[in-house]
Amino acid sequence: MTIHIDNKTYTVKAGKNLLEACLAQGLDLPYFCWHPAMGSVGACRQCAVKVYKDETDTKGRLVMSCMEKVTDGLYLSIDDKIAKAFREQVIEWLMTNHPHDCPVCDEGGACHLQDMTVMTGHDYRRYKYKKRTYTNQYLGPLINHEMNRCIQCYRCVRYYRDYAGGGDLNVFAAHNHIYFGREKDGVLQSPFSGNLSEVCPTGVFTDKTLKEHYTRKWDLTMAPSVCHHCSVGCNTIAAERYGELRCVLNRYNGDVNGYFLCDRGRFGYEFVNSENRIKQALIRNRTNEAAKEDEVMAHLQQFISTGKLIGVGSPRASMESNFALMQLVGKENFYQGVSEDEAYVNRLVVEMLSSGCVHSASLKDIEQADAVVVIGEDIWNTAPMLALAVRQAVVKTAAAEASKSVQAPVWLDSAIKEFAQDEKGFLATLTITTSPLDDLATHSWHAAPDELARLAFAIAAYLQPGKIDNTDINEELLSRAKTIADVLKKAKNPVVVTGTSCYNDNVIKSAFDIAVALNTSERKTAFSCVMRDCNSMGLAMMEAPSFNVANEAVKKNGHAAAVILENDLYRNVTFGVANDFFNACDHIVVLDSLHNTTTQKAHVLLPAATFADGDGTLVNNEGRAQRFFQVIPNAGSQVQESWRWLRKMQSLKSHAVNNHAAFPDELLHELETALPQFKGVTEVSPQHDFTIHGERIPREPHRYSGRTAMLANKNVSEPKPFSDEDSPLSFTMEGYRGVPPPMMTPFFWSPGWNSVQSVNKYQDEPGGALRGDDSGVQLFKDKQADNGLFFNDVPGSFVIAKDRWLLLPKYDTLGSGELSSYSLALQALSPDPFICVSPGGLHVLGVQEGDPLQITDAGIVYDVLPVKVDKDLCDGVVLISAGLRGSIGMNWGSRVKLEIRN
Amino acid sequence: MEQPLTKNIITGNTLSLKDYEQAGGYAALRKVLKDNSPQQVQQIVKDSGLKGRGGAGFSTGIKWSFVPMDENARHPKYLICNADEMEPGTFKDRLLLEGNPHQLLEGMILAAYAIKADISYVFLRWAYRKAAEIMEKSISDAYAAGYVGKNVLGSGWNLEMYLHTGVGRYICGEETALLNALEGKRATPRAKPPFPQVSGLYGKPTIVNNVETLSCLPHIINNGADWFRSLSVSEDSGTKLYGVSGKVKRPGVWELPLGTTMREIIEEYAGGMTNGYSLKGVLPGGASTDFLTEQHLDIKMDYTSVAAAGSRLGTGTIVVMDDKTCPVGFVHNLQHFFAQESCGWCTPCREGLPWVERILSGLEKGNGSPEDMELLQMHTQYLGPGNTYCALAPGAMEPLQSALKYFREDFVRHIEEYKCPYEG
Amino acid sequence: MHESNLILEQKHNDHAHMEKKELLTEIEMRAIDHEISMVPYKKAAVIEALKIVQKQRRWISDESIDAIANYLEMSAAEVDSVATFYNLIFRKPVGKHVILLCDSISCYVMGYGKIYEALQKQLNIQFGQTTKDNLFTLLPNVCLGCCDHAPAMMIDEDLYEDVKEEQLDRILELYK
Ligand SMILES: Cc1cc2nc3c(=O)[nH]c(=O)nc-3n(C[C@H](O)[C@H](O)[C@H](O)COP(=O)(O)O)c2cc1C
Ligand code: SF4
Ligand code: FES
Repeated sequence: MTIHIDNKTYTVKAGKNLLEACLAQGLDLPYFCWHPAMGSVGACRQCAVKVYKDETDTKGRLVMSCMEKVTDGLYLSIDDKIAKAFREQVIEWLMTNHPHDCPVCDEGGACHLQDMTVMTGHDYRRYKYKKRTYTNQYLGPLINHEMNRCIQCYRCVRYYRDYAGGGDLNVFAAHNHIYFGREKDGVLQSPFSGNLSEVCPTGVFTDKTLKEHYTRKWDLTMAPSVCHHCSVGCNTIAAERYGELRCVLNRYNGDVNGYFLCDRGRFGYEFVNSENRIKQALIRNRTNEAAKEDEVMAHLQQFISTGKLIGVGSPRASMESNFALMQLVGKENFYQGVSEDEAYVNRLVVEMLSSGCVHSASLKDIEQADAVVVIGEDIWNTAPMLALAVRQAVVKTAAAEASKSVQAPVWLDSAIKEFAQDEKGFLATLTITTSPLDDLATHSWHAAPDELARLAFAIAAYLQPGKIDNTDINEELLSRAKTIADVLKKAKNPVVVTGTSCYNDNVIKSAFDIAVALNTSERKTAFSCVMRDCNSMGLAMMEAPSFNVANEAVKKNGHAAAVILENDLYRNVTFGVANDFFNACDHIVVLDSLHNTTTQKAHVLLPAATFADGDGTLVNNEGRAQRFFQVIPNAGSQVQESWRWLRKMQSLKSHAVNNHAAFPDELLHELETALPQFKGVTEVSPQHDFTIHGERIPREPHRYSGRTAMLANKNVSEPKPFSDEDSPLSFTMEGYRGVPPPMMTPFFWSPGWNSVQSVNKYQDEPGGALRGDDSGVQLFKDKQADNGLFFNDVPGSFVIAKDRWLLLPKYDTLGSGELSSYSLALQALSPDPFICVSPGGLHVLGVQEGDPLQITDAGIVYDVLPVKVDKDLCDGVVLISAGLRGSIGMNWGSRVKLEIRN
Repeated sequence: MEQPLTKNIITGNTLSLKDYEQAGGYAALRKVLKDNSPQQVQQIVKDSGLKGRGGAGFSTGIKWSFVPMDENARHPKYLICNADEMEPGTFKDRLLLEGNPHQLLEGMILAAYAIKADISYVFLRWAYRKAAEIMEKSISDAYAAGYVGKNVLGSGWNLEMYLHTGVGRYICGEETALLNALEGKRATPRAKPPFPQVSGLYGKPTIVNNVETLSCLPHIINNGADWFRSLSVSEDSGTKLYGVSGKVKRPGVWELPLGTTMREIIEEYAGGMTNGYSLKGVLPGGASTDFLTEQHLDIKMDYTSVAAAGSRLGTGTIVVMDDKTCPVGFVHNLQHFFAQESCGWCTPCREGLPWVERILSGLEKGNGSPEDMELLQMHTQYLGPGNTYCALAPGAMEPLQSALKYFREDFVRHIEEYKCPYEG
Repeated sequence: MHESNLILEQKHNDHAHMEKKELLTEIEMRAIDHEISMVPYKKAAVIEALKIVQKQRRWISDESIDAIANYLEMSAAEVDSVATFYNLIFRKPVGKHVILLCDSISCYVMGYGKIYEALQKQLNIQFGQTTKDNLFTLLPNVCLGCCDHAPAMMIDEDLYEDVKEEQLDRILELYK
């Protein structure tokens, strides 16, 4: 379509609104209430433009650009005098009550309201009366509330309530007494509350953790990063000052997390600054354990050059580090640092996705699905942003229907919602127990994993008769299966979501079968399997044996030296297994960033970088490899990426050709060569020596202040900026100022657009892909041919045994996560660990809620925890808090004993 | 002179179902159920030239014609009677609600039939306690008599009818805000399009009509479109309930041919100004219409003529401003009302009206400045139609902009004399 | 800061506190059930529910909000968002009788100001306040729809038209 804006002709996409069309052309037009992910409601009246009937119309009509659809040949004016004056007037109205507290406001310098005020030119205050004031609320440890700054754009409540489904934030009162907050003071209940700080165009909702060590946006050193707190791999911006990580912000990625993050991702960063960080290399069992790097190397030399090395990898360490370890110890001595049970299901997932039979679902695929089935995985707690995407699928499907019926565009948000009312797209949650996602579900069913698998196989059997032998399945299950199958058949782009946390291969196989059975040329089906850690997928793709195998090997061969990479084995395997292993090792080298039970076992402990002080690549559960970049310069510190330590260790080997310290991109090249399943992984980022017009990309904004003085307490002469050899990003404010390749975008900032809204300037169109396409490399390729991967493994019915309980993990959205559990803010919101059984289970045990229970597993006696009852949980299953701070590894998926402990 | 709407109303009395039937009530309903298709009813009403009496004056027949009538139309469809009457100076619907409830119910049933509605509501403002009792009883009488409920008069058509009383807020009278209020939500208006005819209550096709509009329907059906046209003395058809309040001898409400002149209404029916007062200005149709002055007394009170004089017929209830009432104070009172009743959704209304109110309050107290005049003017310009989300704020600006035009001198005197010249 | 820490500590108790919600009475529940039966979604009955509870308890306390929310399967914030929008849902305690004095244009012209002054004097309260003996709450109200009989006021459900200052004594006496 062609439209005319201020006498210039532009080609624009049909179906958009005028505001989107203008922004997509790079034009500046102010707005507040519109949000690309939430659509238009026409409340703020800030986006006014003039539209004209035709060329000859000189008078025109003032309209809100966010509320009007583009039509072919349209004439509009942004520059029109009246439109401009009106927009300026809207700001003046908003400013009548807005405090002039920018200097002490956390939003200052990154404030959408500031930007729009400047953009409209409003600068003189004519309102001469008192401003209204409000009382602020305590909203918990994550979000700060300062209502006086509110400009009533309704974005917060539209985001929190409508988009994220939160119930405890709303708008109160009427006319100019409107108030946004909770009904009473109290902790915000939604695990997506942090996004309020980016959705709010001013300083009403701000990041409370940033307040503890506040820094203006312009003073932050920033780098593109990838969230390390679950397997989804949301894109983030990590921000540093004075050697400390100050905050984590959303980094837009149209295929993955869009505009948002979950609270675990946003507030989990504090572990980087934790007192528990390992900053110093240690050689244990000597008077002075602290060791210099060359000392450590000399010490390691003794056994590395000669002895047999065992490498234990990690699902939370980067590809580079895992691969460097594999190179150091040799492929045959490299093991996944996860239990056999976990490795087994992970391998299965890799097999499924690499088969290419079904598309591996991105979050965007999930958001756009018209039917979603979740099988076995508590995604609300294990992959929060994925759950949020499922919510969007459900809402968007209804919206699309509504849009067709009333011929209103989908972005006309309130109109569509009023039409759609409580209509929803199809969602079936077939899980162990209930989660908030059930509120959205058309069909929920809670049962033991094997029962879920039986149902799922039955669904698949309906979809593709003849391939599954499910003759012993009862009527009830069959009719349930048929109901679901019938809806799925009608879907055009369904998604099947499952996960590994049941430690049950049948669950995953049956989910996969449904996806395969559904996938036809007219019905593009996608499949998603949530995994436990941020690089579980990458590690699994390396196809190494499990930790149990390593343990056997060590016990059999004896006298091993083990190198343990960023892995608290006591969390990942049972302590019996871990103890066995360590007892059998002669030398134990541990690389990690935080002290834990495993690091206590180390004879040599090496301080590893976190995502903030190092570079690396992760592969998310979708198979998308994504690069994160260092943001804290660790000049003068021993902290360095594990892969760097490992490379240095490799050069100690007797036969080593003097290995230079490799660049991450070189490591990836070697990885690609050594393991062809990683083909393409090198494209996650340009080479370390990449430049644009000869310039590197600065991590610091052009207004960065204080660099000549910030270290004056240490040295009066300005130090040379820390030089980063590993990536095209520099630790300076000089360099290329244009839009860098998407995966290299350290921050969003554009002239006149200081706030997060500036992301508009980096996109093809609002809400579209970043210019130059979204970052990340999908390692799994869809294949046309049906290679026949299909499972016929219907398990027998779940048998309830009175004294043998099926043990499964209970994750918590905010509390679970090995690294994030060191964030103080999240700790405050983390539950205390508990044991959970069904009401029937309570009865069988003869206990009451709150009673202490003890778990015994194959003779090992575990912690005593208070028991809770979960009315949605089936009999015979016991859930135990997992992933919390201090949690220990258990034989998930096995049968255990429960006893009351007096 | 025919007064179809009020001829059976005796002040203070309520026409019972029996009395109404005796006076020929529900004949129209029997007639259409026997003789007319819904589309035919729509056509008759279109031909009658009936315009909405709720303030906007849109053709009722045309409004109905946007309701999907085909097989695939989504149900339930809704017919809603807007009895929220909260516009200051307006008190006409109350007469009809209290005086002749079944005339309204029959009108609602006819309208519901015309759009094939399944459910109908009376949205009544809280303060009308007596009307609430009356409506409650009348609806149940109508159910008992088979005029509403399952299988209306044996026609096979079902219509449920409910009374909903509001809990305050003028904005509930705005038809889309009303829908939100009925849904149990905050009564903020909705975006249009899509219009309620397509996506209304609970997202289903809905018509909202005013009490007076609906009350006309039985008579139109009984007597025909031509008869209805012939009732008026102007282009617009029918009669209209006109009211007068303020310092007049006999404030009240009367049903008169549409197009009766303002002079006739004020001087003959309302008995002219109270002794000792003279007329300075009038709001011809409620608080959200532009002032007219003495020079306009001879205009016809119909949609076109009042518009030509620079105002709106609105609800047809005239508020008289006398010469001893300060226009600044008068307008301040109005703006106070509108600022309080803003729903708070859109910026210009939420922030602009309180500003206007404060300026006027300052002027009244003698704290005004010439800059204030510019600011008031600015608001009348920028709070105009289209600039705000709904018609509340533009409505608020109508009396202000015309006051600035006709009574500018009074404003200026407040500024120059540092006090209200009408006081003491 | 101290304050916020305290609240943080109470976090776990928060839940327990929420559990012990003030329950709705049998009468209230029955009336609300009736309203629910007439709407397509439970939560669409929320305004009716607020009206029902207010009728029983004169005003809507935080506990009443919780109770209604619970009953209609809504969040307290959702219920309160609606409750605080409408001016005739009282979120603060009111006296035994509520006086709504019309302050809109016709009553303004006809001298509601004098009535207000007289009420202020007699009751010793201003708009928005309640008498010490908790008998009366005085509130301004928009046009009561009897502009031809201005000034007008309502006490509870009774309408008074053409009110004159000298009648106030007698009128108020009826409610004592
Ligand atoms: C702020 C505002 C308040 C309104 N209040 C009422 C009202 O109380 N009663 C009414 O019938 N119409 C009211 N209207 C007009 C309605 O929106 C709508 O036009 C009317 O009910 C349609 O009925 P009609 O076509 O029969 O006139 C109001 C409009 C606005 C903008
Ligand atoms: S003009 Fe705007 S704020 Fe005012 S009542 Fe209408 S929508 Fe609400
Ligand atoms: S952005 Fe268009 S009205 Fe708010």
